[in-house]
Amino acid sequence: MSLFYHIGKYFLLLNRVFSIPEKHNVYYKETLKEIQKQGINSMGIVAIISVFMGAVITIQTAYNTENPLLPTYLIGLGARDAILLEFSSTIVALILAGKIGSNIASEIGTMRVTEQIDALEIMGVNSASYLILPKVVGSVIFAPFLTLLSMIVGISGGWVAGTAAGVVTTENYIYGIQYAFNPYYITYSLIKITVFVFLITTISSYHGYNTSGGSLEVGKASTKAVVHSSIFILLFNLILTQLLLS
Amino acid sequence: MIEVKDISKSFENTKVLNEVNVLFEKGKTNLIIGQSGSGKTVLLKSIVGLHQVDKGQIIFDNIVFNELNFKDKKEMRKQIGMLFQGGALFDSSSVEENVRYPLDMFTNLSLSDKQDRVNECLKRVNLINANKFYPAEISGGMQKRVAIARAIALNPKYLFCDEPNSGLDPQTAILIDNLIKEITEEYNMTTIVNTHDMNSVMEIGDKVVFIYKGEKWWEGTKEGIFDTENNELNNFIFASTLSRKIKDLKKGG
Repeated sequence: MSLFYHIGKYFLLLNRVFSIPEKHNVYYKETLKEIQKQGINSMGIVAIISVFMGAVITIQTAYNTENPLLPTYLIGLGARDAILLEFSSTIVALILAGKIGSNIASEIGTMRVTEQIDALEIMGVNSASYLILPKVVGSVIFAPFLTLLSMIVGISGGWVAGTAAGVVTTENYIYGIQYAFNPYYITYSLIKITVFVFLITTISSYHGYNTSGGSLEVGKASTKAVVHSSIFILLFNLILTQLLLS
Repeated sequence: MIEVKDISKSFENTKVLNEVNVLFEKGKTNLIIGQSGSGKTVLLKSIVGLHQVDKGQIIFDNIVFNELNFKDKKEMRKQIGMLFQGGALFDSSSVEENVRYPLDMFTNLSLSDKQDRVNECLKRVNLINANKFYPAEISGGMQKRVAIARAIALNPKYLFCDEPNSGLDPQTAILIDNLIKEITEEYNMTTIVNTHDMNSVMEIGDKVVFIYKGEKWWEGTKEGIFDTENNELNNFIFASTLSRKIKDLKKGG
């Protein structure tokens, strides 16, 4: 019953979030701030993780295809498909759940326990929309760029690691990443990250917005935001893969 | 003028307010006093609509506020200013951004007009050259003054203050009290202050309402407190040795 209670409450919150903004220019400025805070500030962590992820995938693929009958360009092809199909969307989303999910939940949760949200409500501001909508829009707009960055950096990382380890030549790696390339994989990945980031921002906002108590509860809300966002990312990963690739 | 008629409020099975009737007068500083847990914060939050009452009416100058629809209630809220216990300033905004916030949201003033109004409000609360500071960089007393400046930015008709003196030293507390009283008279607002600070009662209490166990136990003026035979009020007000001595002195001469 508790699950249905929270799902119902979540959709009621979304109903308030997606209402007509009071002042468009104020929301526009807030959205730009959120693009900076949630998106641009996440580029560093996404790049670092992607470069190592690409490197490890390439080396692992190389050791798993050590067979004279298999051409070495398969290393590039395998790394490319793994990065495009799964790592640059799902793994990046899980990283973002930790970074922006906890940030959103603790920010909104702190505003709740310090009565800042009450102050907004007293003024006649739709606090749910004012606080959450710019975060959702800003993150959803910027997330595809993070995924594209992850793809580029991940594949580049694979090339550096593969050639440095001597498991693949530059020519073979480049041939492999171009071989039988299906551009739909990128579209599929971008659709996934958009859905995942929507889930992260709304679930984290829900936990932050419904915090009550003190700093301990803010911490709990932050933890719940990360855990629940991660679970829903994995669940929707399965659903979207079935819908988009079958 | 704000009239509270027969309001009751429960949280699950606990009755917090029981058929409270009070009239808060315009141009006066109306104080709600009571022990911690007596229901005074719930009363204040019910009046401003942060809590939905179970029954009764809250009437703001002939408008039944708690029966308005969402849209009208939202419009009405623009006439309400509130000072929260902790200030409730937006941490990520500077002092002037905090004060400008209601102007950004609800007016179409030009940037320079908004800036003029911000400076005017900050000057009114005696805060000069603090515009660029962030809430974390200023003292508790200054935060309260910024919160008052933000509350009056839209020239509200009603001002609510939830324990404005909590966490302040006595001297700063008196400054904040006097500021609230001056602003109430200057803007001819209906002000309701929720407090358990007896200095506030004596300094600014034009009208005092004593809440005890969720019910209105007593109401009157600050002068009337010394003459009341109400035991619960006497126990609350004259709990300290100092206040009892003051009462004895008053009675003596």
